[in-house]
Amino acid sequence: MTIVETYATLAEAARAMGRDAAYFGGGTLVMRAVNEGAAPPRLVRVTDPGLREIRGSADTVTLCTAVTMADVLAHRDLDFLHPVARAIGGPQIRNMATIAGNIFAEHPYGDFAVALLALGARVVPVGQGGPIPVEEVLRARDRTGLIAAIEVPRPRDRRDFGFLKVSRVKPKGVSVLAIAANLPREAGRIRGARIAFGAMGPTPLRASGAERALEGASLDATSIGRAAASAAEGLDPPTDPIASAWYRKEVCGIHLKRLLSRMEAGR
Amino acid sequence: MTKSPVGFTLNGSQRAAFADPGQSLLDFLRRGVGDLSPKFGCGQGACGACTVTIDGATHLSCLVLAESVAGREVRTAAGLADGASLDPLQEAFMDHFAAQCGYCTPGMLVSARALLDRNPRPDRAEVIEAISGNLCRCTGYEPIIAAILAVAEGRARA
Amino acid sequence: MKDMTSDGPMIEFRKDLFADERDDDLNEIGKPVRRQDILGHVTGRSPFFDDHLFDGLLHMRCTRSPHHHARVRRIDTSEAERMPGVRRVLTGRDVPANLNTLLSLLDFGLDDEPPLAETKTAYMGEPVAAVIAETEAEARAAAAAVKVEWEPLPHVLDVEEAIKPDAPNVLEIYPGNKFIYHGKYDHQKLRYGDVEKALGEADHVVEGRYQMSPIEQAPIETCGAIAAPEQNDRYVCYTSTQALFFSLGTAAKVLKLPSSRLHFIGGTVGGGFGGKVDSIHEPLAILGAMLTGRPVKYAWDRAEEMQVGAPRGAERWYITDGVMADGRIIARKFTGYFDSGAYTRLSSYAIIKGVGHLPGPYTIPNVSADVYCVYTNRTPATAMRGFGITGVDFSIETHMDKVAETVGMNPIELRILNSYRDGDMKAHRRVAKNCALIECAQVVAEKAGVTLSPEMRAASSLTGGGGVRGEIPAFTATDEQGRVEGFAASSYARKAGASSSAAARQPTPPGLQSRPAAASAPVSTPQPAPARTPPPPAGAPSEPVGRAPDKPARSGAMRFSSLSGFRRR
Repeated sequence: MTIVETYATLAEAARAMGRDAAYFGGGTLVMRAVNEGAAPPRLVRVTDPGLREIRGSADTVTLCTAVTMADVLAHRDLDFLHPVARAIGGPQIRNMATIAGNIFAEHPYGDFAVALLALGARVVPVGQGGPIPVEEVLRARDRTGLIAAIEVPRPRDRRDFGFLKVSRVKPKGVSVLAIAANLPREAGRIRGARIAFGAMGPTPLRASGAERALEGASLDATSIGRAAASAAEGLDPPTDPIASAWYRKEVCGIHLKRLLSRMEAGR
Repeated sequence: MTKSPVGFTLNGSQRAAFADPGQSLLDFLRRGVGDLSPKFGCGQGACGACTVTIDGATHLSCLVLAESVAGREVRTAAGLADGASLDPLQEAFMDHFAAQCGYCTPGMLVSARALLDRNPRPDRAEVIEAISGNLCRCTGYEPIIAAILAVAEGRARA
Repeated sequence: MKDMTSDGPMIEFRKDLFADERDDDLNEIGKPVRRQDILGHVTGRSPFFDDHLFDGLLHMRCTRSPHHHARVRRIDTSEAERMPGVRRVLTGRDVPANLNTLLSLLDFGLDDEPPLAETKTAYMGEPVAAVIAETEAEARAAAAAVKVEWEPLPHVLDVEEAIKPDAPNVLEIYPGNKFIYHGKYDHQKLRYGDVEKALGEADHVVEGRYQMSPIEQAPIETCGAIAAPEQNDRYVCYTSTQALFFSLGTAAKVLKLPSSRLHFIGGTVGGGFGGKVDSIHEPLAILGAMLTGRPVKYAWDRAEEMQVGAPRGAERWYITDGVMADGRIIARKFTGYFDSGAYTRLSSYAIIKGVGHLPGPYTIPNVSADVYCVYTNRTPATAMRGFGITGVDFSIETHMDKVAETVGMNPIELRILNSYRDGDMKAHRRVAKNCALIECAQVVAEKAGVTLSPEMRAASSLTGGGGVRGEIPAFTATDEQGRVEGFAASSYARKAGASSSAAARQPTPPGLQSRPAAASAPVSTPQPAPARTPPPPAGAPSEPVGRAPDKPARSGAMRFSSLSGFRRR
């Protein structure tokens, strides 16, 4: 029934992929499908230990495809990502789940991809082609091939980046919604605001209404209020067993306000 | 169906058995190897009853491919005791009523042992985070937290 | 939440209460004792049903209805049978007695539920076929390949919608979607005193509507059983059940086997909370072992446990109290609806139990209750902690707070005022004794920092009860509302000495013709030990659910001596 194909390198694995195959990264999503009889018949996996490499430069962190949430938590210079990694699953899941796999996680999962979207991360595909903005990859996940690495621009000031996950069960629970806010400043004004929501649509999405409310402003009660008021603009959240669309729309602005107020106080 | 041989270390002993393609480590340990201590609760990675360690790190064995543990070191709840000599966590769980039906207990103990192995003096918040991937439907968690803290604070029976 | 680590254990022993009624020189109570099974739990050696290894174990998975309510036009198992690893595909025709109700073990109710549905499914997830294969994955794939022609039917998912005249009918044997109690009424009645008269005399009438959704027990261990042929012409069955004798009796009846051919091993339950009493898995697992000659495991996966596994049923309660200005409640009227889901299982009994509990731990001189066991196309309900009581207690206590607000009284004092005391007559005509609500309320007030009046602080369960309060009312208003015809009383609560006649067990639904008995059991089942009477027909298409006229009251099930605490006096 299921066939497992194991390769030494990612390049070989990429050549083996096809409609009838799934790439087995951390396994936290694919193995569930295997257990439920819902996975494609071929599982493609790679044993190259180099896939768990983390490379850093002054302005960019590069996470290879098999880097796990726990790997991120173990690196002190990735501290801006720690609140995100810590919010994924429980300790066991964090030892298994990969950052790259989180990009393909379907609703209601995919909280780390929310942060990647806000940070303007880039996906390095296996084989030809340069890095692709994660925003583009999220729009076309079905057509994306294997990921070799993810380039994450470091926020210039660590306090410019904030993350909040809202769940009914704590500390480990599925998202009602997740918010990542990346607010770089120039002379006290926000330049290049990126705000991303998770569980507010079929994939992590940018909150363009909130971004427009903050762009060019300083982060204060007034701009925060405007951002909260337009938080749900253009978003059509789903109804699922965790929360209704109505509820998500009602509270997303409130939670955004809490996140932004926390970030304002931290600066 | 082509089975693959999987040689690995289980609770300190060399073991080997044949895994079906796509078989989970949980099913492989229980039916292929005969270690019945990790339990099936969900098959989805939500409950933690199947928790084992692989090379010292906790994993959900229901989501691990059996063949991926070849050459690695797996530990389960069955490996906590050394014959009749119990791990202090096992004694503490018994003293603190930290198990009622007992079904979550093996996974819970593996997570607790992994915590104390890397952090012998956790505070309450750290204990809670360490067991946050293990659901218990019986105890309400407080007795479990108390048992783990008792060992951490040196108050449990040796 | 009290932190056990710093404040010690969370039990406080109040030796000042009822001190002269007991001996405090106790050996076990109050002394920490290790549970006798906890060593097994912490070593991973406690033998849950799945902790037994069998060579050649087969796995069973079911094909289930995707509809709330549907007729089964055709089941085609041919493709499934040809799939890799498949040993056998069972349908209802393979089940020797494919109709049962759990409480037939207590001679209560009508057989209404097929282990494998043949003509109709009444809830989403109801099984119509069971695939037995070498691996779970192969069984899962083949179960998906069983082709069923469904004819969806209108469905109803709310208790009050289900009892409307034009509602879709869930169970043909109960045309109004209501269980028939004692062969007489479409609800369980409690009548004590004259509620309507007292409501007319009350200073205030307080109304409330309360409800509770179904609640899933969600044990970490899912329900399941492994059955295997054993020597001595027996079958061994390891099971997760909380109710080993229920499961033994149900399996014996459904499989038409004497219980002496069954060897049940259980008692190690990975969480039950009431959800492991329905005895769903054992009969099919044993049947699989009978028909394949190999060990067979039938267990729910997590998705099935949550949706197909029976929850605590939903309930809706309407409570009306007649209250005097000084806070005395002189009348309480209940209308309650239990959502039994698609089949009866334990809901009929839950109501008997719950009604015995009314009006709660209070002495109220006029009480009436109409409580309905309603069928809907939801997942059948079963027990869960506080079975039959929890929903109505939530309603009663919330209502008490509403009453307290209405009369401007402290809610704790309202309860002390109305609390029963030793010697009081309760609404189901038994004398209250060993009451302690007043003392509990006083301790709660103390812990919560609520000041009680001296009178309330001086109140006691031991004083003030009995006398006129201990007498059954001289007049109790009764009525014939909800009276139905065409149902005979079951043997429930029959006086000692009366035999259960076959006629008493043969209710014919009003307006339906009885059909001649169809041809009997399938060929492939091993013959049970000689039966005393001919077995009932397995369900034939569109035959009314009920039994052929010569069906005996006893049919291989084990019997129990009493139901819901009624003792032969």
